Order: sequence, then C-alpha cells, then structure tokens
Amino acid sequence: MAGENLIKLKIDNVYKEYVGRKGKTVALNGVSLDIKENEFICVVGPSGCGKSTLLNIIAGLLEPTSGSVYLDGKKIEGTGVERGVVFQGYALFPWRTVLKNVMFGLEIKKVPKAQAEEIARKYIKAVGLEGFEHAYPKELSGGMRQRVAIARAYAVDPEVLLLDEPFGALDAQTRVQLQTELLNTWENDQKTCFFITHDVDEAIILAQRVIIMSARPGRIKKIVDIDIPYPRTQATKTDPRFLELKTEIWNEVYQEFLEVRK
Amino acid sequence: MVKKKKGIVISDKVWLLISLCVALALWYGLSLGEKTSRSFPFIDQVVPAVGTMIDRGAFWKDIQSSLTCVSLGFGLGFITSLPIAFLMAWYMPIQKIIEPWINFVRNIPALGYAPLLVLTFGVGQKPAVILIWICTFMTMSITIYQGIKNIDTTIIKAARVLGANDFDIFIKIICPATVPFIITAVRLGLSAALTTLLAAESTGAQAGIGMRIRSLANSFDSPPMLMYIILLGIIGLLLVKVVDIIERKLTGWQEKI
Repeated sequence: MAGENLIKLKIDNVYKEYVGRKGKTVALNGVSLDIKENEFICVVGPSGCGKSTLLNIIAGLLEPTSGSVYLDGKKIEGTGVERGVVFQGYALFPWRTVLKNVMFGLEIKKVPKAQAEEIARKYIKAVGLEGFEHAYPKELSGGMRQRVAIARAYAVDPEVLLLDEPFGALDAQTRVQLQTELLNTWENDQKTCFFITHDVDEAIILAQRVIIMSARPGRIKKIVDIDIPYPRTQATKTDPRFLELKTEIWNEVYQEFLEVRK
Repeated sequence: MVKKKKGIVISDKVWLLISLCVALALWYGLSLGEKTSRSFPFIDQVVPAVGTMIDRGAFWKDIQSSLTCVSLGFGLGFITSLPIAFLMAWYMPIQKIIEPWINFVRNIPALGYAPLLVLTFGVGQKPAVILIWICTFMTMSITIYQGIKNIDTTIIKAARVLGANDFDIFIKIICPATVPFIITAVRLGLSAALTTLLAAESTGAQAGIGMRIRSLANSFDSPPMLMYIILLGIIGLLLVKVVDIIERKLTGWQEKI
C-alpha cells in the first residue's frame, strides 16, 4: 500500500506538567513516538500514567509544556478536523438526534445539507444504527451511543482517529462487538488510529503496536509489536501467540500498577 | 396511572378529584370551628364574593393591575437576566463583582426594601414593577449562570474537535444546552414574581390582588379575602402549566433521572 511507511504523527519529546495547589505534577516526561500512516496504535498503562493527557495534546485540546507533535511534518497548534476524537463519555449532543449529531461536523464545514445528510446516513448505516436516525441519545443504550460517536468522528473523514478508552464504560459483550466493528471499519477505511485502553486483550486484538506507559511521570516504557495477522476475530484470543503477548504486556502493566500503589 | 395489586386502576384525574374532596372536607371542618371560621368561611360564601367584588368594580381591575405588574416585572427580569448570566459565565471579573451582591440582596425580603423604591419612584405601579423586576432578575440570572457553568465540558471539546469555533460553540452548543436551565429559571422567576406581588403592591398601588387582600384584611372582610388568596394560587398553577407545556416542547430530548 502506498504511504505505508510514511510517518503520519510524530510525537517529539513531549513534556507536560500541571501546576496545582500541591505544586507541580509531571504528567508526561519526554514522550517520543513515530506513528506511521494508517497504523493502529494502542496505549495501555495504569490510571494516571498520562495517556489521556497525551491524547488531548495530540487532539490539540491541551498544550504540552515543552516538546511538540507533528502531523505530516507540520506542528500541531490547536484542534483540527483532520484529527477526530472519540471520548469515553460519548459526548453526544443530547438535543440533537442521531442524524443531527453525525451531521454536526459537516454542518460546521458548511457541507450542503442534502450532501451532509447523505454522508451522515452512510456512516450511521456503517455502525449499524439504520432506523435510529431520528432517535435522541437518551433513547439509546451505551453501546449505541458510542456507535453514534464513532460515526460522528468518521463523518468528517479525519486522517487520524484518537479514541480515549471509548469502550471503557460498556459491558463485556457490547465491548467485544464494538471492537470487531471498529476493526472492520478500520480495515475497510484505513485511518491512523491512536486508541487508549486499560484492557490488555482489547489492545492486542486491535493494535499493530502496543505502547506500554509507565506510572507517573508518564513515559513510554515499552513498545510491543503485535505480529498476529489481520483479520483478527475473537478466536484470535485462543491463539498461542496472543497468550504469549498477553502475558508479556500484562506483566509490564501490572508492575506499573504496583508502582502506583506504593 | 397507578396500578394496584388487585387490578384496580385509578387514573390521575380520579386522584385529583379525591385530593380535591379531602381539601374541601378539611376546609369545611375549618369553617365550622368557632375561631377558624373567621379566617375560613366555606366555599358557599367565598364563590359569591367574586360577584360582590365585580359589583364593587374592583375584581377585573385588580386582576388586570396585578397581571400587568407581574408580566412587566417578569419580562424585564427575563430580558436583563439572560445577558447578565451569559456575561457572568463568560467573563470571570463580571461574575466576581456581581454575584456576591445578587446573593446578598436575594436574601433580603422584598417587603424590606420596597419603601426605598417608593422614595425614588413615587407610589403606584412603577415601583411595583421595578420591585418584581429586581426579584425575578436575581433569581433568574443566578439560575441561568449556574446552568451555563454546569454544561458538560466534554461536549464543548467534542464540538471543538469537529471544527467548531467560539461562535459555533456559543450558538450550537451553549445556547441549546442552556435551554433547560432557562426554563427552570422561568419557573423560579414566575414564582418569585407572584410571591413578591404583595410586597410590590404595598407601594401605594391603586388596585391589585395584593393591595386588595391587604385592604380587605383591614375591614375583616374574609370571604372576598380568601377568594383573592385562592385566586393567587390559581394564577400560579396556570402559569406553571404553561411553563410545563413549553418545557415539553423545547426540552423533550432531556434525560430524566
């Protein structure tokens, strides 16, 4: 595939500190990472390791204290539609129907209404919510809401998709289903994905590379290549290689977890 | 609708009727007591009081005068509280300067400072409208301000990453997200307007429900007095119903806990 090895996102020595009442807290300390075009990256690590901070910096919602992030070689300043975000709490607009939620970004882009609706319907169909176009978020289950959020992010056709523990609040069955759907979508319509999770199984099923972050201050501790070919399914979880990787990653994460508890 | 185990279904309307009967029975009881009957003449005396007051040429004038005060005062309160609430939410210094004083004045009974208004604005409807304006403004600006402050910041972030600028966020996110709080503010504001009415009409009003209750009290004329008090309650209920209808139209999307 063309552009397979191009560097899409370059995270260059990012350092972030928060100044609070109790003084300085270093959230990220010298994080550097190159992410290739269309690569699927998962980030795992204990709570408070700064993984969400990193995602917010890439999204442009937070500014790093020092260091920079480059998209296609250009330094990121502020938010941009080429970087879509899916939040853990869905963040749907409750006064808008499913269709209107998905159309939001297109509305902002001033895409003509008929065309915007057509695009929105396409993605609503892709996430399996056909027939729910005129439902309000309050009428949907958690899994359906997150599907709307994914469709909404996809509708503006971003180059990079940033997902902040998107399935964290869902029950196990729904989570597995959404993982499969996300993988299918990614395989059909490739995008660079930066996916945060604390679920090691989820990380291995989805990612080409798993980034393990250390406890505060957040640093990249280890990068693990997931050499299991796609298409991956739930059956992959019984693959011996899967179990090996799971043990390796789990041990690393668990050490960090113990570190946090100390 | 409440379902009983036996399968008897009692509709809300029937419950309302039962509740009305209980209240009437209580009222009747009070009207029999030697002392309580002075304050609570029964319905057979209170309803004809409407005719008496119409004959005296006061009834319609009172209603008209009070409704004018309430709607003008509330209207001014609404129009002014909206921009102030947004300004307080948007610019911290404005909030820091204004909010403590709103909270300070809000706790003083309106009857307390009504005479101050008379000194400046004279007697009549003008100070009454201004008093209601002040009270509704304070209640509504604080309610709307707190609502804007409580808007979920992740939906603002979600809009921003979808390309929305500050103007888009104000129009497409902040405004619709504030509607439920504005409706709550209207509800509280109308209730404030009605409860301030008596204080407002103590400023030498020529007519009005509040003024009339006061003057009837001076002549111990309890049937029309009780009639006017009940009338206030009915007006309040009707206003609440109107707000309910508006709320259902505008915020049907809201999640009910």
